[in-house]
Amino acid sequence: MSSKQKPNLPFHRQLSAGWRNIWVVRGHLSRRTYLLFALAGMLLPLTAWWWLSGSGLMDKVFMPGPMDVLSRVYTWFKDDNLLHDIWISTYRVVAGFALSALLAIPLGLMIGTYRPVQALLEPLTDFIRYMPAVAFIPLVMLWVGIDEGSKIAIIFIGTFFQMVLMVAEDVRRVPITQIEAAQTMGATRGEIVSLVIVQSAKPALLDTLRITMGWAWTYLVVAELVAANSGLGYSILKAQRFMQTDKIFAGIILIGLIGLAIDQLFRWLHRKNFPWLYKK
Amino acid sequence: MDTKISIEAAGKTFGDGERSIVALQEVNLNIGSNEFVTFVGASGCGKSTLLRCIGGLETLTSGKIKVDGAGISGPGVDRAMVFQHYSLYPWLTVLDNIKFSRLLRAGREELTSADVEAASGRADALLDLMGLTHVRDAYPNQLSGGMQQRVAIARALLPRPQILLMDEPFGALDAQTREVMHDLILHVSKLEKTTIVFVTHDVEEAIYLGQRVVVMAPRPGRVDSIYPVDLPMQRDQDMKLSHGFLQQKKAILTRIRETAGMRTDYELLERMTRQAEQQNDMQ
Repeated sequence: MSSKQKPNLPFHRQLSAGWRNIWVVRGHLSRRTYLLFALAGMLLPLTAWWWLSGSGLMDKVFMPGPMDVLSRVYTWFKDDNLLHDIWISTYRVVAGFALSALLAIPLGLMIGTYRPVQALLEPLTDFIRYMPAVAFIPLVMLWVGIDEGSKIAIIFIGTFFQMVLMVAEDVRRVPITQIEAAQTMGATRGEIVSLVIVQSAKPALLDTLRITMGWAWTYLVVAELVAANSGLGYSILKAQRFMQTDKIFAGIILIGLIGLAIDQLFRWLHRKNFPWLYKK
Repeated sequence: MDTKISIEAAGKTFGDGERSIVALQEVNLNIGSNEFVTFVGASGCGKSTLLRCIGGLETLTSGKIKVDGAGISGPGVDRAMVFQHYSLYPWLTVLDNIKFSRLLRAGREELTSADVEAASGRADALLDLMGLTHVRDAYPNQLSGGMQQRVAIARALLPRPQILLMDEPFGALDAQTREVMHDLILHVSKLEKTTIVFVTHDVEEAIYLGQRVVVMAPRPGRVDSIYPVDLPMQRDQDMKLSHGFLQQKKAILTRIRETAGMRTDYELLERMTRQAEQQNDMQ
């Protein structure tokens, strides 16, 4: 009988008990509480920003308010061809990223599967990935020129070498027993690669793509340093020259939002393609 | 009894030079057709290595392993293997996991519709035998450890292998599930007429399942002694408490301890206890 009775604690005591419960190490959080915290995490900086810009503590020129930024987005859209900037930047990022993925996935697969390929390519890739992509800009300009190719090349250099190593690592994480089981069932080398290794690594590979996509966006601004005359990164850099801090804010936030949308797209693809990971 | 597997002066060395480890030295053993042989031994005795050599996943550095009189080279569909864990394909349903070996053959050979039908029938029969029919469309990570191992065994049995190699297949399962799996695998061995080579660290399991228990010794890995099990063919969980069973268990456990060179040093233990007591007295 006592197990059904709820402790009749006063509300503030219940609240403090709940407060303690959510701080259990690696504890559980209900969906509602999670959303509440997530919302707070988004709204707190926004209100702080709003308050700071409106307080007069900082000059409007250096700290535009949220409304200033919003109205800048509107005029950018109406008069300055915002959609074209978004389109061209997205195009550069996606092109550089896709090219990188197209080469990195087969190469990483080979490195992670065959030891001689690993010995041949991994130390080299490790070495190159520590070279700063930005430092390649002068070379890229000389070799590729100053048109679209050079921007795509910078994004490619920034993501490719990391991606190869991450793909190789994903492939190496395929449990050896999965491979050996296929061997004892008479699988050929080709079958092991296509029916076991690739299938087993797929979810990790999609996660690698999602993460490197984020890096591709961070290289966008750098890429648009190179004699660009359009794009979000270029607009941010140009706005600095004209002291348009509201446009800098707008550009940064837009890149963040596009990145977030693409990230969500990848997560959706993950759930859609790998249902076995989500069924419990 | 016909000899199914003959192991002749098998030797296996890992690495070379001073750092080399002799995993197997001069192993000689014949395993009969439809025999159930279990291997036990202290860690490092080479029991798993020997099993992997029979499976063709490792190659011997000396000697030979023959199946039906013919030397083996690499893995083959005549020798199926069941691992301790992580060997199922999580992206395939239970049924597709079981039919995986068909997928391989289908890519290589022209199958007639009769073949496909026969394979489906076989898969259904195995689902039934293993008690998996109700989870045929589930994914492996939705199943308990015991159910996952049932899938792994069914998958190994699909192409009707003559030999089933099992590497501590129930090592990760709880005691109750293990008992159920023991009777199931004995049933399989009788029904499928499969020769089973079974590696375990659990002596009780080794006696209960095996017709012979092979004790291996470490450094270098070798066959130490062989214990024929004197139990009725039709096993029964109560036999584990019979006098004969317990006596054999004790004999094997003692032998394993001796080969491992591990003995409890009672003198040292006593000395340490006395020291601790003296310290307590002083305080």
